Amino acid sequence: MKMITAVIQPDKLDEVREALISAEITRITVSRVTGHGQYSDEDLYRGQKVVPNLLPKIRLDIACNDEFVEITVNAILQAARHEGGMGGDGKIFITHLDECIRIRTGERGGKAI
Amino acid sequence: MIHNSMKIILACTVIIFLPTLLHAQPENDSGATAWMLTSTALVLLMIPGLAMFYGGLVRTKNVLGTMMHSFASMAVIGVLWVVCGYAICFGENIFGGWIGWNKDFFFLNGIDDSILEAGIPEYVFAMFQGKFAIITPALIAGAFAERVRFRGYVLFITLWSLLVYSPICHWVWAKDGFLFNMGAAGAIDFAGGTVVHISAGVSGLVAAIYLGSRRGYPRTTTNPNNLVMTLMGAGLLWVGWFGFNAGSAISSGLDTARALTVTQIAAASGAFSWMLIESLHYKKATSLGVCSGILAGLVAITPAAGVVQPYGAMILGFSASFICYAAILLKNKLGYDDSLDVFGIHGVAGIFGALFLSFFIRPNWMHRAAELAGGSWTAMQQFGVQLIGVTLTICYSVIVTLLLLVVVSKLVGFRLDEKREMSGLDQSLHGEHGYGMLNLS
Repeated sequence: MKMITAVIQPDKLDEVREALISAEITRITVSRVTGHGQYSDEDLYRGQKVVPNLLPKIRLDIACNDEFVEITVNAILQAARHEGGMGGDGKIFITHLDECIRIRTGERGGKAI
Repeated sequence: MIHNSMKIILACTVIIFLPTLLHAQPENDSGATAWMLTSTALVLLMIPGLAMFYGGLVRTKNVLGTMMHSFASMAVIGVLWVVCGYAICFGENIFGGWIGWNKDFFFLNGIDDSILEAGIPEYVFAMFQGKFAIITPALIAGAFAERVRFRGYVLFITLWSLLVYSPICHWVWAKDGFLFNMGAAGAIDFAGGTVVHISAGVSGLVAAIYLGSRRGYPRTTTNPNNLVMTLMGAGLLWVGWFGFNAGSAISSGLDTARALTVTQIAAASGAFSWMLIESLHYKKATSLGVCSGILAGLVAITPAAGVVQPYGAMILGFSASFICYAAILLKNKLGYDDSLDVFGIHGVAGIFGALFLSFFIRPNWMHRAAELAGGSWTAMQQFGVQLIGVTLTICYSVIVTLLLLVVVSKLVGFRLDEKREMSGLDQSLHGEHGYGMLNLS
């Protein structure tokens, strides 16, 4: 089992969620985070472009079985990328998931995902 | 024997004051003026109030874009009104009474000294009326929330204000307007039931259907981002409405007091009624429901504020919520996306109030109407006049709005494309974030 963590641009959230749901990846946790990479976003403030230090991002956490990792990653890659690829599009991290338990039934393992 | 110098002084005095003597201006009634200045400010406050009301109801990614619809109206119509809006609405009939015109009102350049018969400076009247012109297109925006291009919106409200709002305003409120003079004592629309709410409601409905539903409607679109802001907006609207209705008395006396009283009663009755309906229907009264009830009551009393008495106001307010609630249930069945229920509340309550006020008019108004009609005048006859006014407003609004939608869509584009709709108005159209770090989608 793997935990796929993706940090994406906020304006791509709906597109990414739809792409995931189309690919039948329907279980997801979304959080609002802040961060930066090399790219600096630009907001308009009374006509002056300001370059904020920490930038709003969206973090997706998706637990999935090994067979679904590629599908999930591809769905995210397609949907989260801006036309032609833009700085700030984000990153995907894949980590090993030790255990997964469904609270409602107490099931463990791959079928609990 | 008068000295020559005295004769000269006397002659000069007469010559200087002759114009004033010949064309005696009404005296300025400072009480009325003070109230009208206040009302003007109150009605202006309703527009940011509306911005908050609507803004809180949409998804986070669209909050600024939605509020911009109200603020853009303040900017655009605020200018347009001074340039030619006031002239078209309150000038004398031209083109057979379709619109008005008065070259002294162009850029308000000829009214610098003018005091109206009502005892208030014409500037105050023009500014007061201008606020009505500003808020009407902002109301329509709720029908197509979350899915229009900003440039399309600005062009649309400019044309709509000139070609729909101004003619209707002229027919209903100008001294020579044909609805103002219809029947015994005119079609009754005290503060804008037809001019503002029916026109906006119906135009909103047409636009909502023409532009199509939001992506994902109805499953994924109802997600208010800040009901706290919506509630505050509703409060500002309620208070501002005292300026809207009581200010429409254009005086500071008994009429004003009557209008204020029935406005308060209708708003409270509407709120109470909606709370009751939801408690019965869903076992839970919602805050949005209370807000909607407040609005339904206020809209219903808007045309009636000058002619009904407290019991009439209570009945109109109370019933308006039932009718609007039913209209919204019907909307859900029919499946069109009037996003913020502009037709469901403003259109429906406006139609209801404008028609059914006929049965609650105070007796001495009816007596005066009977005298003017040469003998008798019944509630049903007034209902007939109201029906004509309402029907005309609806038909005219529908036809011209549809035309404008086609024109605007072809000229600059109106409906937002799918990708940008998904990203949200704030980012796509304005390059801004509403709350920075706080909310998610």
